[in-house]
Amino acid sequence: MIKLASSFAAFTLAAAPALAQDQFADCRASTVGAAQIGGPFELVDDTGATVTDADVITGPTLVYFGYTFCPDVCPLDAARNALAVDFLAEAGHDGVTPVFITIDPARDTVEIMRDFADVMHEDMIGLTGTDEQVKAAATAYRAFYRAHRSGDEFYLVDHSSFTYLMLPEIGFVEFFRSGASADEVAEATACYLDAL
Amino acid sequence: MIFRPAAAFAAFALLAPLASAHEYTLGDLTIDHPMSFATAATARTGAGYVVITNTGETDDRLLAARADFPRVEVHEIVEVDDVMSMQHLESGLVIPAGETVTLQPGGSHVMLMGLSAPFEVGDEIPITLVFEQAGEIEVMFNVEARAGAEEMDHSEMDHGEMDHSDMNHDNSETEVSQ
Repeated sequence: MIKLASSFAAFTLAAAPALAQDQFADCRASTVGAAQIGGPFELVDDTGATVTDADVITGPTLVYFGYTFCPDVCPLDAARNALAVDFLAEAGHDGVTPVFITIDPARDTVEIMRDFADVMHEDMIGLTGTDEQVKAAATAYRAFYRAHRSGDEFYLVDHSSFTYLMLPEIGFVEFFRSGASADEVAEATACYLDAL
Repeated sequence: MIFRPAAAFAAFALLAPLASAHEYTLGDLTIDHPMSFATAATARTGAGYVVITNTGETDDRLLAARADFPRVEVHEIVEVDDVMSMQHLESGLVIPAGETVTLQPGGSHVMLMGLSAPFEVGDEIPITLVFEQAGEIEVMFNVEARAGAEEMDHSEMDHGEMDHSDMNHDNSETEVSQ
């Protein structure tokens, strides 16, 4: 993978001072303004039902934004998250849910999201929605995306590739980059769950 | 067209994943282990991965790939500040003399667009790789299960013990932008 320096400042994660009483202090890889990532969303689940963040994030949740036309990074990251959930279950942390939110709702129908999520993990939730719903969710999570509309069905979409660890009541606690391994995601997630 | 060997063969292939590694030679190039991953039923894209070694003394270039799909391109993943972008390598991918170039997840791949049927474990996908120097060759990309995805049996995977006491984030990247 080629990494270039640039200034996609719009989606970068804003730093903030650590809280004085931080129960997760030993877990944090970085100090990120938790209040600035995540929040309310309304999307459509893989049964076609409209759901909110409260319906989806009912336990520890790994939230990823991507699209199913992406053949490489998105399935790589989604499978990584699925594997991390399995590792966590083996280590006694059942019930961590992987979530995949499309940033390409024009192509990612409810059926396509269901198929994609089912192939990745039995517990994975695939979410789509209207352009407005997806835009609002991505904005809440500071996820960046930009479609290269080519006028045909084969267009590609640039997108940030963070996975966000969300906890009910608490909200955002950590993010993982595309390069993190399933073990790294599982270990870091376990640290937060142990500190609850 | 996708070749779908008899079920018995597919079952055997699952039991012997190492047997799926296969190799081709074209001039100075060795083309090893062309593969792809199984996809969802409604998937419209797939990616082909392969290891190419140039044993010669002249650089070569993977100019293009052809296959029986509406669009096939050689792509590279470019990451800019954690934003992933797929770029079509219109002038090809250089295979330097004496070196090995690996098309692998998160790096570069042959992108297959407009699938009319999903890729299933055991399928063989014929793809013609076109090189500037060595010419072209049709190779079979074997479809394999993706680790982590549902077809995979995790029980025998060696992912080490999770030892939380040994966690050390000091080496983690913390260049969070202000």
